[in-house]
Amino acid sequence: MEVARYWRTTRQRYQLVGEVCPNCSGKIFPPRDVCPTCEKEAKTPFAFSGVGEVYSYSTVYQAAAGYEKATPYTVAMIRLAEGPLVSAQLTDIDDKDVAIGMPVEMVTRVLREDGDRGMLVYGYKFRPVMV
Amino acid sequence: MMKASRPVGIVGYGSYVPRYRLPAQEVSQLWTDGNSPVPVREKSVNGIDEDVATMSIEAARNALKRSGVEPQDIGAVWVGSESHPYAVKPTSTIVAEAIGATPYTQAADWQFACKAGTEAFQASIGFVAGGMTRYAMAIGMDAAQGRPGDALEYTAGAGGAAFLVGAADEAIAEVEASLSFVTDTPDFWRRQYEKFPEHAGRFTGEPAYFHHVTSAASKLMSEMGLTSKDFDYFVCHQPNAKFPLKAGEELGFSRDQMKAGMLVNDIGNTYAGSCMIGLTAIMDIAKPGERILVTSFGSGAGSDAFSIRMLRASEPRGAISTRAYVERRKVIDYAMYTRLKGYYKLN
Repeated sequence: MEVARYWRTTRQRYQLVGEVCPNCSGKIFPPRDVCPTCEKEAKTPFAFSGVGEVYSYSTVYQAAAGYEKATPYTVAMIRLAEGPLVSAQLTDIDDKDVAIGMPVEMVTRVLREDGDRGMLVYGYKFRPVMV
Repeated sequence: MMKASRPVGIVGYGSYVPRYRLPAQEVSQLWTDGNSPVPVREKSVNGIDEDVATMSIEAARNALKRSGVEPQDIGAVWVGSESHPYAVKPTSTIVAEAIGATPYTQAADWQFACKAGTEAFQASIGFVAGGMTRYAMAIGMDAAQGRPGDALEYTAGAGGAAFLVGAADEAIAEVEASLSFVTDTPDFWRRQYEKFPEHAGRFTGEPAYFHHVTSAASKLMSEMGLTSKDFDYFVCHQPNAKFPLKAGEELGFSRDQMKAGMLVNDIGNTYAGSCMIGLTAIMDIAKPGERILVTSFGSGAGSDAFSIRMLRASEPRGAISTRAYVERRKVIDYAMYTRLKGYYKLN
């Protein structure tokens, strides 16, 4: 597992920190330093609220390496309240209960582990809104 | 008795309980054909993507919401647990990073069996009162282990609470005084590299749990010149449904005084989080002026007792109540429990 790669993205995975464009005020996630809307430089950090709704989803039965323990699980595209679409796993919900338009909120969970000896990777997932 | 040199209190608090519940009857059915009496109704079980770090993060975020404090003002993030995800690598830095308290903060993991959380809380009181920092976050959280078929498997639950400690003039509740009582009593332990803890059977009762809980609580009350009648609520460590009620009765507390903080039948024994999450359930409903006696117990052994007085009613400000977490439940069977605990070997 690439420790440095995960370490570099800690803030976006733990806190959902992206960027805001100083030119057009567009919110950007994941951070990419260039605004996808106006193509101007955009390096100002922006913490997203973590609330959004399910835009689309699919249930995974044959998982990639490192994710087998959680099958079946649902991955979804989440439309964040601030605009961007984010792909993430859903958690704390049965697959049959997922619906397009469902309000969800970000939680920090274990995304994967590198075997019994490797590091644990934490990051964002989304669950049905509790409050 | 320990009393801070300047008034300190709880400026924010939050809890977390995972969604899954294993009825104790499932354990009894599998290992004793249903003949063993159950010590609790059911226990909470962490999901496959949850551990002490993730649960601590959510409890700490709830505490921050209630407080309105900026995370960068937190000078210490301390996590007490006996189920830290790593043997070497702090849970506290993961939590501090996730809540936005890094990099200029103290961070450490605490260990003292089931009282690791309250010792972090007690240290936070001193850290803030001594002017070392404006706010300190103390967390007690566990995803407890119990050997399959062992008495602990009926109760070993998951969850806990976080407390943000700060000056009393901005607090929800003031910590009036505290007291610790410890002895070398080997009632429960887990050796290096062992997956499950061992315990000394009935020895865990009188010389361990009851001696320490009642000694700490009664000494604190006598040092403060108070009796059980001066408290509106009592909450102590809850290893099963029977022990805390018996300890409370020995100390002179009624069932009414203990009811609000008794969660063990619903979520099991959350170890380092046990009395702390009970305290959050009380603070969710307590009124200004009401007084709470909190007493932890950690095997090995020791108890920390705290007298806490509510200064104002708690406002959720977007935080999730302990009752909401307790009532959010999905019942699982033993097979699913085994899967969530990672007991199946896939490769």
